[in-house]
Amino acid sequence: MAGPVLEAKNIVKHFPVKRGLLSREVAVVRAVDDISFSIDPGKTLGVVGESGCGKTTTAKMVLMLERPTGGIMRFEGQDLQALDGGSLRAYRRSVQAVFQDPYASLNPRMRVGSIIVEPLVTNESLASAEVRKRLLRLLDLVGLPERAADLFPHEFSGGQRQRIAIARALSLSPKVIVLDEPVSALDVSIRAQILNLLRDLQAQLGVSYLFIAHDLAAVAHMSHTIAVMYLGKIVEIGPAEIVAKSPKHPYTQALFSAALPSHPDERRDEIILAG
Amino acid sequence: MNGTAANSRSVSTVLALPSRLAFIRSEGFPLIPSLILLMITLVAILAPVLAPHNPEVGVLGDRFRPPAWQTGGTTDHLLGTDHLGRDVLSRLIFGSRISVVVGLMVIIVAGAVGTALGIISGYLGRWVDQVIMRVTDAWLALPALMLAIFLAAIVGPGISNIIIILAAVWWTRYARVIRGEVLSIRERDFVRLAVVAGCSKWKIMRMHILPNVINSAIVLATLQLGQVIIAEAGLSFLGVGVPPPLPAWGLMLADGKKGLMAGYWWLTVLPGGCIMLMVLSANLLGDWLRVKFDPQLRQL
Amino acid sequence: MTGPLLDIRRLSTHYVSARGTRVTRAVDDVTLSLDQGQTLGIVGESGSGKTTLALTLLRMLPPAARIVSGEMLFEGSDLIKKPENEMRRIRGKRIAMILQDPMMSLNPLFTVGDQVAEPIRVHEGTPRRSAWKRATELLKAVRIAAPETRVGEYPHQLSGGMRQRIVGAIAISCEPRILIADEPTTSLDVTIQAQYLNLLRDLQRSHNLALIFITHNLGIVAKMCDQVAVMYAGRLVEAGPVKQIYNAPAHPYTRALLESIPRLGDSRQRLTAIDGQPPDPSAPPPGCAFHPRCPKVMDRCRSEAPPEFRVTDTQTSRCWLSAPVAR
Repeated sequence: MAGPVLEAKNIVKHFPVKRGLLSREVAVVRAVDDISFSIDPGKTLGVVGESGCGKTTTAKMVLMLERPTGGIMRFEGQDLQALDGGSLRAYRRSVQAVFQDPYASLNPRMRVGSIIVEPLVTNESLASAEVRKRLLRLLDLVGLPERAADLFPHEFSGGQRQRIAIARALSLSPKVIVLDEPVSALDVSIRAQILNLLRDLQAQLGVSYLFIAHDLAAVAHMSHTIAVMYLGKIVEIGPAEIVAKSPKHPYTQALFSAALPSHPDERRDEIILAG
Repeated sequence: MNGTAANSRSVSTVLALPSRLAFIRSEGFPLIPSLILLMITLVAILAPVLAPHNPEVGVLGDRFRPPAWQTGGTTDHLLGTDHLGRDVLSRLIFGSRISVVVGLMVIIVAGAVGTALGIISGYLGRWVDQVIMRVTDAWLALPALMLAIFLAAIVGPGISNIIIILAAVWWTRYARVIRGEVLSIRERDFVRLAVVAGCSKWKIMRMHILPNVINSAIVLATLQLGQVIIAEAGLSFLGVGVPPPLPAWGLMLADGKKGLMAGYWWLTVLPGGCIMLMVLSANLLGDWLRVKFDPQLRQL
Repeated sequence: MTGPLLDIRRLSTHYVSARGTRVTRAVDDVTLSLDQGQTLGIVGESGSGKTTLALTLLRMLPPAARIVSGEMLFEGSDLIKKPENEMRRIRGKRIAMILQDPMMSLNPLFTVGDQVAEPIRVHEGTPRRSAWKRATELLKAVRIAAPETRVGEYPHQLSGGMRQRIVGAIAISCEPRILIADEPTTSLDVTIQAQYLNLLRDLQRSHNLALIFITHNLGIVAKMCDQVAVMYAGRLVEAGPVKQIYNAPAHPYTRALLESIPRLGDSRQRLTAIDGQPPDPSAPPPGCAFHPRCPKVMDRCRSEAPPEFRVTDTQTSRCWLSAPVAR
């Protein structure tokens, strides 16, 4: 199929700053200031940037947890601003999320099986046998045993919980998954497992990812396209190898040169950023 | 899979307790207060069987008998009789019914209403929150006991009336506390993910918010139990609570007040002691629950 | 000074549960040494025991922990045998520590100046005014702009990067010999992290500090350290010069860890993942703790825990594969 699955044009998000007794709006925080990007089917868009750059706000807008103040966001050609009620619910089935903290992403009072199929049972009325079948398939996809379904989140490790979160995100066969720092809270030796899993799932299911992380190497490894954000703007966007190896924008250059080396021989001179 | 319950497993095998009851042997569990509460409840249930006499009818010729171990006492009336010749022990036993029933019903009703309103207010926010909170504030501004007395004077005495009045006064505390918790749970990732999954607001409140606040509600309920019982006793003492000849402990205190000067100590000390035992036990249990659930609450 | 600055020999720290039923060997038979001016990286994941090791060094263990065996020689004398009042003179003055979260390390109710001056006043009895002057100079040394103004401000008025620098200033205020940094950059942005690490390196050179980095981040080790020690389930599984270990890791865990990390410029190849997860420190597998996840596991590994073997005269590895071949 032609065309990107998700497209954003000149997206703006302002948060009002309210002061005074009557909460008068005094100024705006330009969390996201005119950004444009697109995600192709089955591909990964990586977003890097430091705190305050607007990447989290962008993720929230893609997930429709926040509405853009301006600009157009299109999903499979359809304008998202025009959505509400029923069509919003339909959109939600196509875009799911995995967040950073595996200890906060799962309801501690729900069993894992219910957590994984919750999006499914909320949006579709299927016979319980069918739901069970899908649950088992999802557990298999993420490499968890069948009996995991009856257990509670606290009985699992961080890496396993992220697998549960991924299984849940996949339950509605979404077209896009927003991954917000999916491995930074995990032990180093587990990260590769989860990153490999995500890649395998992408190859198998054709799902697109919006991959947000501060670990530049992980983003470069996982993404087809990288967008670099700074103070609400995208300062550079392009194919991953090019952005990572020969960045053009000074901020990108500084960012990648500040990245920690992976070998002592790589100790390079960094470009020192003031401020 | 992480091995988690190994500790409690080993303890409960030592004691051969089923694992669900293993908490009884955990650190600081208030065994005696819990047994006291359990005992009071059992007494309340088995009152007709346990009480030696009819609590509401007395023999006037037998008034003011002291407890059996004092001179003038008989084993027929182990704890003496009151100003109408009614057996104190039987009245205490039947009185436990009233304390238990009123106490339980009030915290259940107030708890249900308060928790529901707290969840709705905390999760839906905006004008719903404002309205509910202002109502709560206004309600809280009125002194509880005065309000109870006022309402009781209007609607008249009776157990169900007392329950309704006390519940109406007490729900506000739940609403405030639960709302506070909901405000922080609302921001947690798993709630956000439920929104992303397309769950309706009501589904989220029911499936995600409620199970995670119920612990706090229970802790609050146990801590409130003491206050409710004292309030009921107070109302009865002031004559606007449970109507005579029902043997409420508070009423017994009121009646016994007259006999204090004459040295009839058992008419006040015994019902007062019962009130104290029940309230103290409820408070100790509530305190333990709060400490036990707290680390989890902080993780919430 | 002859001999290493810090010499840890066969150190073991155990946690005992409240009823005495469960013993967790948080640090198990660790031998390390650190010379003056050197930078050592202690690498490990959760449950590896690295933070317990740092707390043991400063004798700041919680009541449930006990130093079970071994010695820690600092400038020749054993820290384990020292009474508490002597340790208090060492902490902050001769051995200092920086923690991960600067917001937790700084008291929100006291000014920056008060907090930087505190160790100076405590250890040297300096009067307040001169201590404040030194504090201002220290802020300058950690490259905080306009230190005279900053010194009167409160932590919440400063950015995360600045707070971490202030924590650094507090740490070096009494010119310690050793600075222990426990995950000092986890909460910092990439560019701020780079600046901060460079600052630490410069401070090391100008104050002749020995640095110990405790981290799970192999990138910090690659950038900053001369020596590295890898911990797994409380044991030291590999130690040696950084270049040697990165080029030729002897222990399968170290090798697997290095291979599993995505590298910039290494595009789109599948990462070599390690199966399973780090063990629960209170119930480690028998024999070599890594054996359930080891790609090179042998029968012996499942039942016998390997001792430390010398791979070269500077590199050690706790693995049966490194055992000298019988002739």
